[in-house]
Amino acid sequence: MSWILILEQSLNGLQFGLMLFLLAAGLTLVFGIMDMINLAHGSLYMVGAFLAATLVQATGSFAAGVLLAIAASAAFGMLLEVSLLRRLYTRDHLSQVLATFALILILNEAVRLVWGSDAPLSMPAALSGPVELIPGLMYPSYRLVIIVVGLAVAAALFLLVTKTRMGMLVRAGASNREMALAMGVNIRALFTAVFGIGAALCALAGSLLGPLLAVQVGMGENILILAFVVIVIGGIGSIRGALVGSLLVGVVDTIGRAFLPILFGLFFQPRVASAAGPAIASVAIYLLMAVVLYFKPQGLFPARG
Amino acid sequence: MKTVAAVIVLLVAYPLAMSAVDNLFYVSFASRVLIYAIAATSLNLALGYGGMISFGHAAFVGTGAYVASILFAEGVTSAWLEWPAAIAVSALAAAAIGAVSLRTRGVYFIMITLAFAQMMFYLVTSMKAYGGDEGLSLPGRAELGLGLDAGNEVTFYYVVLGLLLALLYALHRLARARFGRVVTAIRENEVRAEAIGFPVYRTKLACFVIAGAAGGLAGALLASHGKYVNPNVLHWIQSGTLMIMVIIGGVGHLWGGLIGAAALLTLEHLIAEYPVDWLARLAPNYQQHAGLGVGLVLLLIVLFAPQGIAGLFTRRARAP
Repeated sequence: MSWILILEQSLNGLQFGLMLFLLAAGLTLVFGIMDMINLAHGSLYMVGAFLAATLVQATGSFAAGVLLAIAASAAFGMLLEVSLLRRLYTRDHLSQVLATFALILILNEAVRLVWGSDAPLSMPAALSGPVELIPGLMYPSYRLVIIVVGLAVAAALFLLVTKTRMGMLVRAGASNREMALAMGVNIRALFTAVFGIGAALCALAGSLLGPLLAVQVGMGENILILAFVVIVIGGIGSIRGALVGSLLVGVVDTIGRAFLPILFGLFFQPRVASAAGPAIASVAIYLLMAVVLYFKPQGLFPARG
Repeated sequence: MKTVAAVIVLLVAYPLAMSAVDNLFYVSFASRVLIYAIAATSLNLALGYGGMISFGHAAFVGTGAYVASILFAEGVTSAWLEWPAAIAVSALAAAAIGAVSLRTRGVYFIMITLAFAQMMFYLVTSMKAYGGDEGLSLPGRAELGLGLDAGNEVTFYYVVLGLLLALLYALHRLARARFGRVVTAIRENEVRAEAIGFPVYRTKLACFVIAGAAGGLAGALLASHGKYVNPNVLHWIQSGTLMIMVIIGGVGHLWGGLIGAAALLTLEHLIAEYPVDWLARLAPNYQQHAGLGVGLVLLLIVLFAPQGIAGLFTRRARAP
């Protein structure tokens, strides 16, 4: 267990955490402002990845395909908001859970009808090789690009939320919706815009992670749960919480999977270690969530006072 | 009361009629429906009566299924040991998960129960000694003793039916007892119930644990019925499916779980097994996309008939 390995796994954790942030940011804003639980957020991630697979092939350029997929997903997200989700804001959480769960079933089958169970999406050839970050540490350049893009988007989002007028309205809506309404904020248009941004972030995460994981039906469901864990840890409605939560979850999950089995091997017999190590690693983030909630039921950075 | 008696007579006579025409497949199918009815009814206790939107009920069903299966694989084949053990362990799991989750409210509670269920899913998937993600096949069903053969579909059906009716009766009594009234009071107005002096947290936890325990029984029966268990019984899609059953049937309605389970499983079975000519001409392989139909039906029910099927038959609408 050398420090090179630790550094490499930390970078992997950072990369995964940043992608989680892209999903969690949209999810936490939708929750925070609209008080709406949207299970179909993971389906937008899936739709974005499938769109990217098609558009990358059609345009022949990875960057152009991904950008087009992001635009298309944003349009799709806004269409979904205007046509269906808008009706659910005033309903109770149970109705929202069920309606968006129905949406997952529908979108899964719709994607299967259009594309089949999976679609090929490979990273651009120029980025497929490793780069030497520091002597002895070879790191895949594609993952490095993901980290850079993730950091850039996180910074842009942070500026958008803290420095612009729209961001101010978003924060106002998240901390007290009725008051924002009373002050004359056009909440309807704001909701649609926020939903579009959330869908765009989903598509970005989906198309960047697509080559590393796999573009397949159901890909959005597992990562959605992780995004839930992130925003529960971070505090619903808080972008800062989403960032901290994402990085915590990304790093704990990656490091746990890489090192817990080794760590267990130091203390237990190999048979026990090889069984218990992966088991504990796979539940590590949920234990983290339980601990955070036990002490802070509202998450680390509650948006509402 | 007359309707209830008629339903029970129908349920009792059903396997006799099916054996008469020598169609044991539909007896086995009905057992599956009744087992899912137990699972959905147990969720309805937490969801409908307690107002706790638990999105992780499959965790308890799955725990029960795995406890029973693991005991069977280790040589404990008596249902009299397996099923109570499944109930006990599921109750413990519900107590642990509930103790943390019930500290939170609203959206947080939904997501936390979901996340804990997913944690159980990964835990089970990593149990390589018991099949891991491939699941665990069992050589037979749990042994009932008393000269009863669980392998006989009709016998097994009656055992499941007896357990379901016992659960429904218990629920019926519970809802009218002091405990049930307090649970309903908390659902309707938690702050007021707290102010009156009811132990809100303890009552909700007790309700959650009872629901989990009954879910565990359903899991043990499910494993016995299919002689097979795999991690998918704990997957969150399964939690969602149980929720769909409760909603279709009727939230907080005694018979909601049974109606919902029967409606959903029959619908799925019909779509998969009986091709409709004009639909097949329209979309050649529509039978492989049953999820689309289920999703659309669910969406329509949520938007336009939030009281479920049972709600259509009750005159007095329940406050949402």
